[in-house]
Amino acid sequence: MMEKIKDFIEAAGWPRLIIGLFLLVLFITAPFVEVNIFTSISDVIVRFGMWGILVLAMVPMVQGGCGLNFGLPLGIIAGLLGAVTSVELQLTGIGGFLSAVAIAVPFGIGLGLLYGVLLNRVKGDEMTIALYVGFSSVAAMSMAWLKLPYKSPDMIWAYGGSGLRTTISVEKFWYHSLNDFWTIQIGEHFYFPTGMILFFALMCLLVWAFFHTKTGTAMTAAGSNPEYARASGVNVNKMRIISVVLSTVLGAVGIIVYEQSFGFIQLYLGPFWMAFPAVAGILLGGASVHKATIMNVIVGTFLFQGILTMTPSVINNIIQTDMSETIRIIVSNGLILYALTRTITIKSAKVKA
Amino acid sequence: MPEEILLKMKNINKDFYGNQVLTGVDLELKRGHILGLVGENGAGKSTLMNILFGSTVIKETGGFQGEIELDGQICNFESPFDALDAGVGMVHQEFMLIPGFQAAENIMLNRELTKRNFWVDVFGERLSSLKLDEMVARSQKAIDTVGVDLNAKTLVSEMPVAHKQFTEIAREIDRENTKLLILDEPTAVLTESEAEIMLSVVRRLADMGISVIFISHRLREIMQICDELVVLRDGKLVKEVPTKETNPDQISEWMVGREIGSGPAREKTRNTIDENEIVLKVRNLWVDMPGEHVVNVDLDIRKGEIFGIGGLAGQGKLGIPNGIMGLYPAGGTVELHGKKIKLNDPRFALDSGMAFVSEDRREVGLLLEEPIDWNISFTVMQTQEKYLKRFLGGLIKWRDDKAIAKLAQEYIDLLEIRCTSSRQLAKELSGGNQQKVCLAKAFAVRPDLLFVSEPTRGIDVGAKQLVLDTLHQYNDKFGITIIICSSELEELRSISDRVAIVSEGKIAGILPPTAPLKEFGALMLEA
Repeated sequence: MMEKIKDFIEAAGWPRLIIGLFLLVLFITAPFVEVNIFTSISDVIVRFGMWGILVLAMVPMVQGGCGLNFGLPLGIIAGLLGAVTSVELQLTGIGGFLSAVAIAVPFGIGLGLLYGVLLNRVKGDEMTIALYVGFSSVAAMSMAWLKLPYKSPDMIWAYGGSGLRTTISVEKFWYHSLNDFWTIQIGEHFYFPTGMILFFALMCLLVWAFFHTKTGTAMTAAGSNPEYARASGVNVNKMRIISVVLSTVLGAVGIIVYEQSFGFIQLYLGPFWMAFPAVAGILLGGASVHKATIMNVIVGTFLFQGILTMTPSVINNIIQTDMSETIRIIVSNGLILYALTRTITIKSAKVKA
Repeated sequence: MPEEILLKMKNINKDFYGNQVLTGVDLELKRGHILGLVGENGAGKSTLMNILFGSTVIKETGGFQGEIELDGQICNFESPFDALDAGVGMVHQEFMLIPGFQAAENIMLNRELTKRNFWVDVFGERLSSLKLDEMVARSQKAIDTVGVDLNAKTLVSEMPVAHKQFTEIAREIDRENTKLLILDEPTAVLTESEAEIMLSVVRRLADMGISVIFISHRLREIMQICDELVVLRDGKLVKEVPTKETNPDQISEWMVGREIGSGPAREKTRNTIDENEIVLKVRNLWVDMPGEHVVNVDLDIRKGEIFGIGGLAGQGKLGIPNGIMGLYPAGGTVELHGKKIKLNDPRFALDSGMAFVSEDRREVGLLLEEPIDWNISFTVMQTQEKYLKRFLGGLIKWRDDKAIAKLAQEYIDLLEIRCTSSRQLAKELSGGNQQKVCLAKAFAVRPDLLFVSEPTRGIDVGAKQLVLDTLHQYNDKFGITIIICSSELEELRSISDRVAIVSEGKIAGILPPTAPLKEFGALMLEA
C-alpha cells in the first residue's frame, strides 16, 4: 500500500499534489462560508472546458521543439476572424459555431506557416520571439479591426457606422451552442456542459492520434533531439513548421469554443494576455519546455482553472469584502510565476545491472 | 647559464573517478631548457600540465598524489593564481584573450599600471586611473622581446591567429617573475612560416633563462628546439631523453607502441572481401566539419572489408563519415555501387543504403529523453516506412508500438543491452549500453555500408570488446562493409583489413594492419 502511494506521488509530482489538496480544501471550505458547492463545481467544469483547447494548443509546439506557444494570440486572432465572419454571415446555432471554426482554420494555417518560418530563423530564442509575435500581432490587428469591411449592425460601432466594436455579443448567434448540447442539469445549481467537454475530448483525441503517426513521431524526435532527427533523415524545419501550424490552428479553434461559452467575442486587446493562463496551465500540469502530454493539459487546466474559480469566491466570503478581482489577479499571476520558475526534476535512473 | 634544476615533479598520480590517467610520472627540467612533451591523445599530457598549473579542474576531481618542487621549494598550487605568483605561466591551446581589447590591455589585464586620483580617496583603489601610455609602452616592450612586428594598440579581434598567440606569450613574459612557461600546442593553429617565428621566439625565451615545456604533435618542431623530450603513453612516462640522442621514428614508436598485443589479432572466419567490387568510391571529397576539416579525400572501399580510418583528434578523420552521410557541408564526388550520392542530404545517404553510428553519442546518436525502442526503430521507421500500420489507403501511417517493442527486444537480446525493459529511457543507460543502442539503430536499417565513428569512446573495457566483436560479426555474417573511425590505433589494427591515417586534413597514407607501428606513427605525425 505504501509502495502504491509512493508510486502515485512520484507519478503525479509534488506540485500537483499540493495544489490538488489545496483545491480540495477550498471545495470543503466552500459550504461553510455560504458558497454554493454545486455552482462552484459547475463553474470549474465550464472554465475547464473553455480553456482546455487553448492549453492543448501548447502541446504541438512543445513537442516539436519550439517551446511554449507564447504566440497563442496569433492563433486566437485567426479564431476571431472566423467568429466575426460567421456573425457577419448571420449563421446561428451549432452550424454557426462549426462554420466559424471552418473559416478560422485556413487563417490559422496561413498565419501558422508565417509564424513557423519566423521561428525557424530564431532557433534557441523561440519563446521570446513568440511572445513578441503574439503582442505585435494583437497590435496590428487592433488597427485592422477598425478597417475590415464588416457590415453587420450587430458588430460595428453604432455611431460612425464602421469598424468593429471591442465586445461583440454572440447571444443571437451561437451562444452556448456547444454547452447546451446534451447538457445535463441537476437541481437548480448544477449543470454539466456535455457538448463542450465532448468537443474538448475530441480535440485531445485528434492530437493524441497525431502523435501516434509517423509524422507525429518524427515531430517528437525533432523536438527531443534535432540532431538525431536530422541524422535519421527527418526534415527538422518542416516538422517545426507543422508543429507551429497545429498549435496556431488549435488556438483558433480554442478561442471559438471559449467565446460560445463566454457569450462575447473580445476584439482589440482581448487576446493580449491569453497566452499566460494557457502556458501556466500546461506547466502546472507537469509539462516542461521540451515535453508535454495530453495528461498534462487535462490535469493542469483543471487545477489552474479550479484554483482560479474557487479562491476568489471562498476568500471573498471569508473576509466579507469584494476583493474577488484583486485576489484573482494575485492568484493567477502567482501561479503563472510559480509555473514558469518550476525546475524540471529528472527522475533518478533505475538501472538493474 | 647555470645548469640547475628548476622543476621537479615526483611520482605524480591522478585518477578521474577511478579511471587512472597518470601513474608515477617523474619529471625534471633545468633552468633555461626546453622540454618537449609528446604523447597520443589521452596519454595524459594535458592532465599533467593542469596539475602543474594548479587548474581548478584537478582539485574538483579529487586532487592528485605526488610532489611538485619549483626552484627548490615544494609547491601545492590551489589555483592558477598561485601558479602565476610562483612564476609559472601557461599559454592554452584555446586563446584566452578578450577580443574587444587592445593587445596592451590584454597583456596588462589585472596588472594595470594605475595612478591615484581624487576618486580613490573617496571610493578606494578600484577607481584609480589607468596609465594607458605606460601600459602600452610596457606591452610594446614585451612584444618586442617576443620579437614580432605587432603594435600594442591593435585590437585582438583584428589580429591574425599568430599574433593572438604572440600576445598570449607576451602576456606571460611580462610578468617579471616568470620562470616557467607551458605552451600547449602553440603551433597547431599557425602556418609554417608563423610556426618558424614561434619556434625562434621560444628559443630566445629559453636563452633568457626561462624554462619552457613545449607540447606539440609535430615531432619535427620538437626535434628542432627541445633540449630534452618526454614521452607519455597511457598515463605513464615511457621515455625521458635528450633530443640529440633520438630520432622521430623512435619517438613515434614510443608513443604508439603498446606493451600488449602489438600485432593484429583478428582473423576472418571466411574471406568475405571481394577484391574486384568497389562499394564506395570517393573522389576529391572535402568536408567542412568544425575541428575536423578534410580535403582531397580519395578512397576506394572494397565490398565486405572493414576499413579503418585513424589519426589524432582534430586532424580530420571524423569529417569523412560525417561528410558522406550529409551531416556537415561537403563537396566532391561519392559513389555507392556506381551510383552518385547526393551530399549534404542525410535522407539521401540513408535511402542509398548507408548507415552511420555517430561519434557524438549524446548529441547526435540518441534520443536521450525517449525509450530504447524509439531510439532503435526511429531511423528505419522514418526512412523505410517499416513498423507502421496503414489506414485509409496509406493516408494515415500509424506507429506500430508492438512491432517496435519486438524489434527493440530482439536487439536487446542480441547485443546484451542491459536495461529494465525496452521502454527504459536512453539517458538512464550506461555509456556502453548506449553505444549498443546506437549500433542497433544502425543495424535495424540493414545497411550495405556502415560508418562507425569512435565506437569505443568513453565505454569500459568489457563493453569495448563486445562492440568490436559485434561489428566483426556483422561484417563476417552479413557481409556488411564497415568503415570505422577511431583515435585508438590498436583497436583499428585489431579489427580492420586496411587502415588509412588522416593527418592535417588529408589522407596521409593507407597501410595494412600488419605494418610496423612506427610506420603508422610516422604518418600520424607527418615527420
